[in-house]
Amino acid sequence: MKKNNLIFNMATTALAIVISMMIAFAIIFLVSEDPARAIESFLLGPLQSKRLIGSIFTTAIPIAFTGIAVSIMFQASMFNMGAEGSFFLGALAAAGAATSFNLPGILGIIIPILVGGLTGAIICSIPAFLKIKWGANELVSSLMLNYVTFYLGLYILNNFIRDKNFGALASHPLAQNNKLPRIVQGTSLHAGIYVVILLIVLSYLLIFKTSIGMKIRMLGQNPEFARYSGIKVGGVVIFSQLIGGMIAGIGGSVEIMGMYGRFQWTSLPGYGWDGIILAILARNKPQFVPLAALFLSYLRVGASAMASNAEVPKELITVIQSIMIMLVTANALLKSFKQKMVVKEALTNGTNS
Amino acid sequence: MEQIVSIIFSADFIFSVIRLSTPILFATMAVLISDRAGVTNIAVEGTMLFAALMGVIGSAYGGNVWTGLLVAVLSGILFSGIIAFFHLKLETDIVLTGIALNLMASGLTIFILYLLTGDKGVSTGLNSKTVPNIHIPVLRSIPVLGEMLSGHSVLTYLAFVVIAIITVFLKKTRLGTYIRAAGENAEAIDTAGISVKVVRLKALLISGAIAGLGGAFMSMSYVSMFTKDMVAGRGFIALAAEAMGHGNPILSTLSALFFGAADALSNNLQLFNFPSELTRLMPYALTIIALTFYAARAKKQLKK
Amino acid sequence: MIKKGNSTVPILEARNISKVYGNGVYANKNICFSLNEGEIHALVGENGAGKSTLMKILFGMEKPSTGEILIKGNPVVFSSPQDAMKYEVGMVHQHFKLVDPLSITENVVLGYEPMKNGLIDRKTAEEKVKEITKIFDIREDLSTPVGKLPVGTKQKVEIVKALYRGAKILILDEPTAVLTPQETVELFEKLIQLKNEGLTVVFISHKLREVKQITDRISVIRRGELIETFFTKDVTEQEISAKMVGTTYTSALDKGESKLTEVVLDVKNITSKGLGDISVVNNMSFTVRGGQIIGIAGVEGNGQNELIEMITGLRPIDGGSVKINGMDTAGKSIIQLRNAGLSYIPSDRIDRGLAISMTIEDNMIATKLDQKSLYTNGLLSRSKIRSMSEKLVKEYLVRCNSVEAEVGMLSGGNMQKVVVAREFTQGATLIIAEQPTRGIDVGAAKFIYEELIKLRNQGCAVLLVSADLEELYKLSDHILVMYNGEISAYIKNPSEVSETELGTYMLGVKKQSAEEIKGAYYEKE
Repeated sequence: MKKNNLIFNMATTALAIVISMMIAFAIIFLVSEDPARAIESFLLGPLQSKRLIGSIFTTAIPIAFTGIAVSIMFQASMFNMGAEGSFFLGALAAAGAATSFNLPGILGIIIPILVGGLTGAIICSIPAFLKIKWGANELVSSLMLNYVTFYLGLYILNNFIRDKNFGALASHPLAQNNKLPRIVQGTSLHAGIYVVILLIVLSYLLIFKTSIGMKIRMLGQNPEFARYSGIKVGGVVIFSQLIGGMIAGIGGSVEIMGMYGRFQWTSLPGYGWDGIILAILARNKPQFVPLAALFLSYLRVGASAMASNAEVPKELITVIQSIMIMLVTANALLKSFKQKMVVKEALTNGTNS
Repeated sequence: MEQIVSIIFSADFIFSVIRLSTPILFATMAVLISDRAGVTNIAVEGTMLFAALMGVIGSAYGGNVWTGLLVAVLSGILFSGIIAFFHLKLETDIVLTGIALNLMASGLTIFILYLLTGDKGVSTGLNSKTVPNIHIPVLRSIPVLGEMLSGHSVLTYLAFVVIAIITVFLKKTRLGTYIRAAGENAEAIDTAGISVKVVRLKALLISGAIAGLGGAFMSMSYVSMFTKDMVAGRGFIALAAEAMGHGNPILSTLSALFFGAADALSNNLQLFNFPSELTRLMPYALTIIALTFYAARAKKQLKK
Repeated sequence: MIKKGNSTVPILEARNISKVYGNGVYANKNICFSLNEGEIHALVGENGAGKSTLMKILFGMEKPSTGEILIKGNPVVFSSPQDAMKYEVGMVHQHFKLVDPLSITENVVLGYEPMKNGLIDRKTAEEKVKEITKIFDIREDLSTPVGKLPVGTKQKVEIVKALYRGAKILILDEPTAVLTPQETVELFEKLIQLKNEGLTVVFISHKLREVKQITDRISVIRRGELIETFFTKDVTEQEISAKMVGTTYTSALDKGESKLTEVVLDVKNITSKGLGDISVVNNMSFTVRGGQIIGIAGVEGNGQNELIEMITGLRPIDGGSVKINGMDTAGKSIIQLRNAGLSYIPSDRIDRGLAISMTIEDNMIATKLDQKSLYTNGLLSRSKIRSMSEKLVKEYLVRCNSVEAEVGMLSGGNMQKVVVAREFTQGATLIIAEQPTRGIDVGAAKFIYEELIKLRNQGCAVLLVSADLEELYKLSDHILVMYNGEISAYIKNPSEVSETELGTYMLGVKKQSAEEIKGAYYEKE
């Protein structure tokens, strides 16, 4: 029966992808003067050069971080949207730590990442804390919190770590030993990929192989059951959001240290929302996040290629991925198919009682 | 400090509170009507954004502001129709659907804007119209009060009309009763032979229409063009306002006005060299505090 | 007035109705059921036998997997309750379908409001409702929000609602479960009155005495199948009960000897404040010793839930104390109570006892996460979890394809066995069993009885809360009766006290003296 469920989930996801790609093609046909060329660069563009293949991976890194972060937070059934703020402020904190202290050698990497992770952890635990302690709706409070962290970040950037000699609003530049090294010549792929792989493995172990992970899942599935089983619900909820926030914060740090010379985001980068998309595609399972992240980043690199080759705006991809995740969560999509499967099994096994 | 206090009690300040509250009021009513039917419509944010762009386009191509308004409302309804289709027909989770549609609105508006104007940020390439402000004959001549209440956008007055209509609608009409029942005990109305889904569909479509008006205000009154992501969380603030008002139209309106006031205050504080980032942070932080405060109070009452 | 039995065609007939649920469970199997005009027809069966499912099908709330429904001989298809109402079928559910903030009138006319100028015509609505409520003497003003009404009145509102909608066939799902004895008497009077006016009533119940009292015919459902339909006057309660369970009731099981040991559960002067100043549990004291099964009897809603939640640490204790193996539970976490020897089978396995979307093995280990034997190198070991779960599944006769299956896919009885398997293998010295066999099949119930007795004989203290008197008599060494949050009787020797007498304590007709009740609390000399 478990197998049936897996097949059902996979079939739903596959169908969702097929339908949304069809819609994408339909839109391309509507708006493009040369749809064939547009579709070709959309689908095959990412494979054109080594640089582009590398960028599939570098695009996948930040969203994989938020993807695992959100997966863990959603496992506890908390609609915490705070990954966005954690990622942003984590990145800023990492840049701040890197540029404010003269950190020698490897510490120049480790300390900023830890500072970023800690910052992210604090952000995401706030909605959880407010929920546990006073019952404030975490969805609304985390949405508001993202704006608070954004403006707080700008304030810190402007007043404490800004490089006044730089033309635009940005932090001081990162020193060479604060930057994550490139690992493949001719691409932008950086050592952050090791961090993300490590965190995926650790997250998988945490959720599925430790007692605290089991507790997170239990309370996500049925909080009353968790309480009855002797789990301290409040503590476990806050722990899960701390971990999620920490991963998002680390993600922000890695992104800044791997891809940029300084912190210069002046709007929320949106990776937190991407994390939600990935968590949905991966059904909150960290082990499926890398696959989903690569898939999504492939589409994005393809969309960029399409934009430069065929004048179809790359924002098409946001439309497509929205439709995709709505379809993935559509329980009714293959419901009759599932029902038939179950009834068939019941009739053959005759499990009545 | 004295200066700040004198500003708060000035007619100009109240005027700006009402102006700044207008989109939040529309959004709050949009959230409220669907929430009362048992659907948490967090896509009001995206619906407003989409309607804001469509309103601009409608007025530019239709040649007058009223076609713009109509297009905005219709596109709000259309957007809500999509939510309804996925949530009610395909049984998706309403929150995840809302998130998806907000993301979609953000990308889709840029996509459309680019196709029409070649610009991805603002709609200055479109010759769109703005909704007129009106002065109310007798009211305008009353000192102070006239300064506060007269001279607002047509849509601002409409916002208060919408609030009044919704208040009566929920209490006195058949659909209003069904909406309250659907949010309270869906099974009860199901067994009464009324389709909960149809009731929720209608509530969502009304929600979309109201959000459409809110979007139109943003791009055709608040400012005179569309800019990307211009709704900037007002739909989310509305969620908080409605939660604080416990779904009661009057209390939710007061909460929305509170956010408008926080917004106005932060604008004014900026004049005093108060760091602009912190003043802009304030309404959101206040929202969290207020939300927590009300939640804690509700929890306490429940315990009693 | 319609003549009774004026035709051979039944007013409603169900032919070969079957219903298979999404989780593969048969709720109804090939049921043929017919209803004569103007009769009161009882549908009896144990909890979970499939009575409610059948009624939901007849009311259009569920679609049958196979079979057909006929009204006055004509086949009809009910795809919604509205369809059923068109054919004058109305239903009063066990859990009322009322909207609390709406008024009595608004609730009654919901879906069928008289309109005027596009608004609801409140005046006409009130007049119409008043007309129908006449025979029900509802004392409250019709504009009162339904949420503020007492349960008995809510039920009247439900019946009025069905009648307002033109019901000629009225289905009542366990209508007396929530009523006081006086309210029940009143309800029966009204039903007879309605019957005399030509109404046909289907009365779902498992209270045989009531069924005997007011029905014309009785249909018995067992494990999803309709066993037989009788004329009420032709059968005795014993005969009906025999048909319901498939075997004749026996009074007590042969439990064998057990050695009484120390007091394991010590409950002293325990009190729970409800809303306002009324105590839901008021100053109760009793003990359960090792080797003993203490049963708690009582009509549901007399404080049993609150009592159990206080003992198991799920609800704060407002007064008095609970000691488990000598440990005062005040300020202790649930895990500490469990470590002190507590195991708990909750009445609601789906909401509390299990996470139904998780696998059988995950549910099995949920309370055993501290056991080192489940880990390899500090991580949970799939294979160790699997072998433990498979052992438990085998030992406790859980019928499933694989321990990787979602618990929600199992039948009620098998789900309960998962809970039992987990809770009985904790090395607990105190078992709280709350409605342990509710809604499960006879075989599974028998198995659970045997396990409970086994644990008792091994020296466990067992506290059994049940609404099923039969179960209490079968298992309990002593019975406590709860009424209105207090102990109304301590039955030292259940075999010497009849069900009828127990009933008088349950309904608050009689109460033992304080001295007699004191017997429930064991103190060492």
